Amino acid sequence: MIETLFFYLFASITCLAGLMVISSRNPVHSVLFLILAFFNAAGLFVLLGAEFLAMLLVVVYVGAVAVLFLFVVMMLDINFVELREGFQRYMPLGLGVGGVLLAEILFVFFNSADMPETVVMVNEVSNTRALGRILYTDYIYLFQLAGLILLVAMIGAIALTLRKRENVRRQSIASQTERTRADSIEVVSVPSNTGVKRS
Amino acid sequence: MSGLDLTYLIELGWLVLQVFIVIIPLLIGVAYLTLAERRVIGFMQLRKGPNVVGPFGLLQPFADALKLLSKETILPAGADKVTFVIAPMLTFVLALVAWAVIPFGESLVIADINVGILYLFAVSSLGVYGIIMAGWASNSKYAFLGALRSAAQMVSYEVSMGLVIITVLLCVGSLNLSDIIEAQRTVWFALPLFPMFIIFFISTLAETNRAPFDLPEGESELVAGYFVEYSSMSFALFFLGEYANMILMSAMTTILFLGGWLPPFDIYPLNIIPGPIWFILKICFVLFVFLWMRATTPRYRYDQLMRLGWKVFLPFSLIWVVLTAGFLISFDMLPATAGLN
Repeated sequence: MIETLFFYLFASITCLAGLMVISSRNPVHSVLFLILAFFNAAGLFVLLGAEFLAMLLVVVYVGAVAVLFLFVVMMLDINFVELREGFQRYMPLGLGVGGVLLAEILFVFFNSADMPETVVMVNEVSNTRALGRILYTDYIYLFQLAGLILLVAMIGAIALTLRKRENVRRQSIASQTERTRADSIEVVSVPSNTGVKRS
Repeated sequence: MSGLDLTYLIELGWLVLQVFIVIIPLLIGVAYLTLAERRVIGFMQLRKGPNVVGPFGLLQPFADALKLLSKETILPAGADKVTFVIAPMLTFVLALVAWAVIPFGESLVIADINVGILYLFAVSSLGVYGIIMAGWASNSKYAFLGALRSAAQMVSYEVSMGLVIITVLLCVGSLNLSDIIEAQRTVWFALPLFPMFIIFFISTLAETNRAPFDLPEGESELVAGYFVEYSSMSFALFFLGEYANMILMSAMTTILFLGGWLPPFDIYPLNIIPGPIWFILKICFVLFVFLWMRATTPRYRYDQLMRLGWKVFLPFSLIWVVLTAGFLISFDMLPATAGLN
């Protein structure tokens, strides 16, 4: 009973937040609603008994990806009126994507009898362990491949944004700590009325 | 049906009671942590600190709280009202919800979940939202700069914190916090994983925006960082949240490295002291080091902070993860996979 209640709570907040993402006027609010949607999706995962996925969703998407989103959106100088203008132009595309997703969900819903059964977790194996077993044994090559793709994406992003600037003073901590008394301090005894003569 | 409802109600009531048993001492602890901070730093700087209100100044935190309560709550004119009000609440709530999974003693825990450490990590990584929202909604340069600094700092140090946690998990073989503590029965992880312990502690300093990494607040350059525009109770909520986060991070350090509720040695006079007392003593010790650091170290420059996080801690902890894994595999010391959940 309680679980059903929580399901409807999480599900309705997810849907509402999703709606607010696309309808709110301020892009920062949109991102904040997106975070709320992620969070409630994590709640749905917990109800499914997939606590590892739920936590991963929160750590990765909410804790890292959405922070960067928020960062970028807050830093941009956005003209709110201009943002609305493309609405008519992009609407068919959006409707198309939405329609495809809806069709997929309906397909699953009406053919649920033919779908492969969800594997019932044996109680002795937590789903963290179960996921690890499958990921690192059966799908190890795909897993490594995904890692490589992410690495390439990361290197690409760095290569695109890194610019070499000249005449920038940088702190070289190694050379700073390697300085000794001998090469930085010189003791000179100065006779009065003459000043120091540098050789 | 009514019988079912009654058991539900009793369970719910018991749960609420448990929550209060944890939260009320926590809030009192937060109040006294602010006092302890002022007193300890006072003594370290050869002054007395607040010692007037009550014996030894013990009533000072309550005087401060009453003062804050009686102040006016100010909503800045250009602020985004809803976000501005939600931000301090979010910070405070996030500082409290994490305590649901902290084990205070053997099976003394509100929710003993399988992925406890991930839950803690997730909640601590959410803390940044309160700060970003506050900084953005205040519509002030100082607050915004403070929030940006804080967000970048917390995201950076989370990476190395994650790797440190992975190292510990390699030695435990479970994500459950009670299992992590049980695994330290022979030796606390602070000894075999000593470098990781130091990295974790420094990362928690950065994660809680404490000195020497208190750039988000940098009073000399940003007036007070992300909460300049806050006053009265909303300011108090930030303050409480920040100190509750300090206690939480100390608890995390204790659980991961200092053996949680286990006594240092399992010998007679030490093992009759109940587990929760050991747990609290260890947390107090870590908190004292937090305060000690604040009194000792000067503030880092921002580029030095980022360098430390990305160029020193990240590669080092990554190497240490590989080394630990290699060591455990080559000496066949990987924790048993069967039996544990």
